[in-house]
Amino acid sequence: MDTAPKRTPLAPVHEALGARMIDFGGWWMPVQYHGILEEHRAVRGQAGLFDISHMGEIFVTGPGAEACLNRLLTNDVTQLENGQGQYTLLLNERGGVIDDLLCYRLEQNHYLLLVNASKIEEDFLWLQSHATAGIAVDNQSDLWAGLALQGPNAEAILRSLLGPDVPLPARNQIATLGIPNGPILLARTGYTGEDGFEWFCPAQTAPIWWDKLLEAGRPLGLLPCGLGARDTLRLEAGFTLNGSDLSPEHTPLEAGLSAFVKLDKGDFIGRTALAAQRDSGLARRLVALVLEGKTPPPRPHYPIFNADSLVGETCSGSLSPTLGQGIAMAYLPSALCAPGTRVELEIRGRRFPALVSKRPLYRRPTA
Amino acid sequence: MNIPQDLLYAKTHEWLRLSGASATVGITDHAQHELTDVVYVELPAVGTHVAAGQQICVVESVKAASDIYSPAAGTVESVNDALSSDPALLNTEPYGRGWIFTLRLDGEADLSSLKPPAAYAQQLAGQ
Repeated sequence: MDTAPKRTPLAPVHEALGARMIDFGGWWMPVQYHGILEEHRAVRGQAGLFDISHMGEIFVTGPGAEACLNRLLTNDVTQLENGQGQYTLLLNERGGVIDDLLCYRLEQNHYLLLVNASKIEEDFLWLQSHATAGIAVDNQSDLWAGLALQGPNAEAILRSLLGPDVPLPARNQIATLGIPNGPILLARTGYTGEDGFEWFCPAQTAPIWWDKLLEAGRPLGLLPCGLGARDTLRLEAGFTLNGSDLSPEHTPLEAGLSAFVKLDKGDFIGRTALAAQRDSGLARRLVALVLEGKTPPPRPHYPIFNADSLVGETCSGSLSPTLGQGIAMAYLPSALCAPGTRVELEIRGRRFPALVSKRPLYRRPTA
Repeated sequence: MNIPQDLLYAKTHEWLRLSGASATVGITDHAQHELTDVVYVELPAVGTHVAAGQQICVVESVKAASDIYSPAAGTVESVNDALSSDPALLNTEPYGRGWIFTLRLDGEADLSSLKPPAAYAQQLAGQ
């Protein structure tokens, strides 16, 4: 099937800025504006602005929405108060990952699920077919645009745009801003390892807010950033990417996401399989790898060896701009998962030593 | 795009600077721009013999690995070790300190498939 990629409301803005555009999972998205390294460093040091309009917004509402979601998602939805969000996963019956997402409780029995672009339709159909009577599952992905403002200067930039009186959400919280060209759903979350916000606005207002945010941020070092930097940032920060590091073939326990899986909260789809896996022990786990010395940048699907046996392959990999070294993620046999274990990565027929390391590889400096 | 007048160009965006029986090889300004930030150069081994158009080394940006092809037949005489510590020289000085290797040309090396600057400029204009 050869269909033209979907365009976000910001595609013309990216093209006008001279961004390099690519087809990313069916979306026409900027991979970079001036350079991935420069954009990466802007987010670590000042701030970056990303178009995340390709991500999906699915609203789940109605009496019993809380209980319904709690049977479909791995984290404990009942822990959320109004205005709070949590990272969570949607699993199949075998405990394999369909998607990872953020679940926000806007009001009682009124939830927003922020899902991966490539999974919008699949998640929506799954939620719809598993929803209990009286629950409305509403895919509003085409009605909303999303901008991610990330970096140590993100808060100062929003302050400069919104003035001193607008209350900003705390970490993992979401607020509704009733301002002109709104409403805005403003969440304090991100995928970069930095402080930051995700700003959801009506699709047609996206170019207005993109320009306003860039203008407010310019004196504070804000740069527009593409998916290239988004990938290197999330990899350093140890965040998994669905489709690369997560898949229906792996459970969240294997992916090191057990903090977001509440096996004791009551039944949910995939729980039986996960409980069995927990009891029998994990055969493989997702680890971070740091290559030693100067090496070619690791990329997905590079083979990994322990002595002379093939023990796995990379699922994500890149040069880490912050560390100046190659980094990767891979599922390895549990015996090789202890930090400090040395394995070898094969790149174009040559082997390079890599050290199993604790995730995340980058943690932002605390003030 | 900068296309110096004193070089020959391959349609795969390498340049060649003739100097007697030897030649210096690098990638063009257009190529470095398309590659974006170069973060690793896998240099060829000195003494390697290559045919014209044969893949000889690899240049990597954050996003992709790209093959580099030898514009002429010959034996690799020397490589630019500075690229090991500073691969970004390929971006900043593609025709200068970002050269990749030198080649001792084969006696019968045929350079007729390489383009003069005007023809290479035309190729870029047609893309």
